[in-house]
Amino acid sequence: MITAIPDFTITPRIDQVGVEERAARFTKRSLKEDTKLNGLKLALNMIDLTTLEGKDTDGKVKQLCYKARHLHDAYPGLPTVAAVCVYPSMVGMAKKALGDSGIKVASVATAFPSGQSTRDVKIRDTKYALAQGADEIDMVISRGKFHQGEYNFVFDEIATIKEVCGDARLKVILETGELGTYDKVRKASDIAMYAGADFIKTSTGKIPSAATMPVTLVMLEAIRDFYYKTGKKIAMKPAGGISKAKLALHYLVMLNEVLGEGWMNNEWFRFGASSLANDILMQLMKQRTGVYQSGDYFAND
Amino acid sequence: MPEFASVGLKRTKRTKRTKRTKRTKRTKRTIILNIMTSRLSVLKTYKIYIGGQFPRTESGRYYTAVNAKGVHLANMCLCSRKDVRDAISSARGAFGGWSSRSAFNRSQILYRIAEMLEGRKAQFVEELMLQGSSKSAAEQEVNLAIDRLIYYSGWCDKYQQIFSSVNPVASSHFNFSALEPVGVVTVVAPQSSSLIGLISLMAPVIAGGNTCVIIASETKPLCSVTFAEVLNSSDLPGGVVNILTGKVSELLPHLSNHMDVNAICFCESDAQQQKMVRENAALNVKRVIIHDDKKWNDDKSQSPYLISDFQEVKTTWHPIENIGGAKAGY
Repeated sequence: MITAIPDFTITPRIDQVGVEERAARFTKRSLKEDTKLNGLKLALNMIDLTTLEGKDTDGKVKQLCYKARHLHDAYPGLPTVAAVCVYPSMVGMAKKALGDSGIKVASVATAFPSGQSTRDVKIRDTKYALAQGADEIDMVISRGKFHQGEYNFVFDEIATIKEVCGDARLKVILETGELGTYDKVRKASDIAMYAGADFIKTSTGKIPSAATMPVTLVMLEAIRDFYYKTGKKIAMKPAGGISKAKLALHYLVMLNEVLGEGWMNNEWFRFGASSLANDILMQLMKQRTGVYQSGDYFAND
Repeated sequence: MPEFASVGLKRTKRTKRTKRTKRTKRTKRTIILNIMTSRLSVLKTYKIYIGGQFPRTESGRYYTAVNAKGVHLANMCLCSRKDVRDAISSARGAFGGWSSRSAFNRSQILYRIAEMLEGRKAQFVEELMLQGSSKSAAEQEVNLAIDRLIYYSGWCDKYQQIFSSVNPVASSHFNFSALEPVGVVTVVAPQSSSLIGLISLMAPVIAGGNTCVIIASETKPLCSVTFAEVLNSSDLPGGVVNILTGKVSELLPHLSNHMDVNAICFCESDAQQQKMVRENAALNVKRVIIHDDKKWNDDKSQSPYLISDFQEVKTTWHPIENIGGAKAGY
């Protein structure tokens, strides 16, 4: 297992041009017929159906949970989504609404989305979400401290929250849009993985620049290198800005070619999204009926 | 350039070796010079109009438009199912914004389209003549097209008053019916006309707050793309009108069975195709409007009823108290 913590000041440098070119090549693959159908169903099964808004109500969360269980009843045999992702105050309601469906409840925590609070508040935030029954915790890293070069602070914070989580799986949100460069994304990924993250996640979805394919590629490569070094698998969750089925398929192609089949399930890969589900459902119905679909006939979350 | 230069040089040397006369040498040089300076005219690439952009068809296919004399007019995009899909999704995207604009603003924009068309009249006349019209017929068609835009521009904020109503009901309710645009409309423009048919169908659709995808005449497609350039420079938001070129027989199934289309306007008399349109429209109860023998080159072929073809009537029951002696007296 993990024998030594590396020096994070010397994490590998990222070739920006190379990464962007490689990420662009994944979008040139053409998936047709059965492969496309299976890809779409797999992507659907990997979604963390998310609502993270100030205006969220019990009713909204209940409705979202119903949607998670009944994605589109007109299409029998569909998988469910992987999880529902909400604020800590909504975890109890979500847990109740999902019942025994097997769909997990993920809760954001640690002063999401900015992470600008004290360690104590973050711990209590996490404990509250867990006490309400959250199966997974999505934490944010302290980007300010990271930019100041206080990598130990960031590392310790993640390790502390991981300790609080216990059995619950911990997703660490890097908020790559605020990190600025691929080098920093790689560094933050390494810190998170060595500190005990179960997932590394791109974004909160709260700033305009969210998940992109190159950023996800950098993080997938970090996961691969970590796996070679330690033998430990880390899961990946791109979030924000993935709203089209076609793009989701591109991500799956990338996942398969970088990490391989071992990661091609919802234990090791998730999409953080809300409108993606409907687009995938519309594509699936298109495949089945041969007719392009309209959003009018699919439930808004 | 260097290639030409070296060719010229070689030839000069060869002529010297073969001892040709000075005169021949000069003639050759002149020819080479002519090749280098004579100008090739730049032919216009006719592309399609989707979401306020001018892309080429995603299929990469083209067809050649020829006039009755067999003269090659242009290479046109032979659009595919996926172009239809893209156009419909951008029409859907534009619908919210366009339908919620004030009627007066829509009127201003239609007027602006007419203004821009007036400014490019000569180009349309030339294109119509290329496609077989006489000069006078072409001028008449363009003038009529401009006038028709002005006509519908005027109707934008008036048809509601003509077609809406306050209805008598026997309870304490204020009951009224008002018009709302149906949504996304696909329009198959008449094959026989290049400009006036397209405009006569488009104007009432967008005047009523709908957005549309239009398939231009396959045999006379030039004006449609040039008209898209007019639209693009006249304050019309991208996606409100999308114009595709290609084979009606190929695109018609996708125009009529797409679930995100709310109405279809079809202008061919082919009974088989009309039947297919009606059957496909039943999938999501699209409204079907068929004009199979209408003459668009005519003052009488414009009417506010063409706007109401693409309007839905919404009736509202609004509870009222009996105030004073007033009561529902029906």
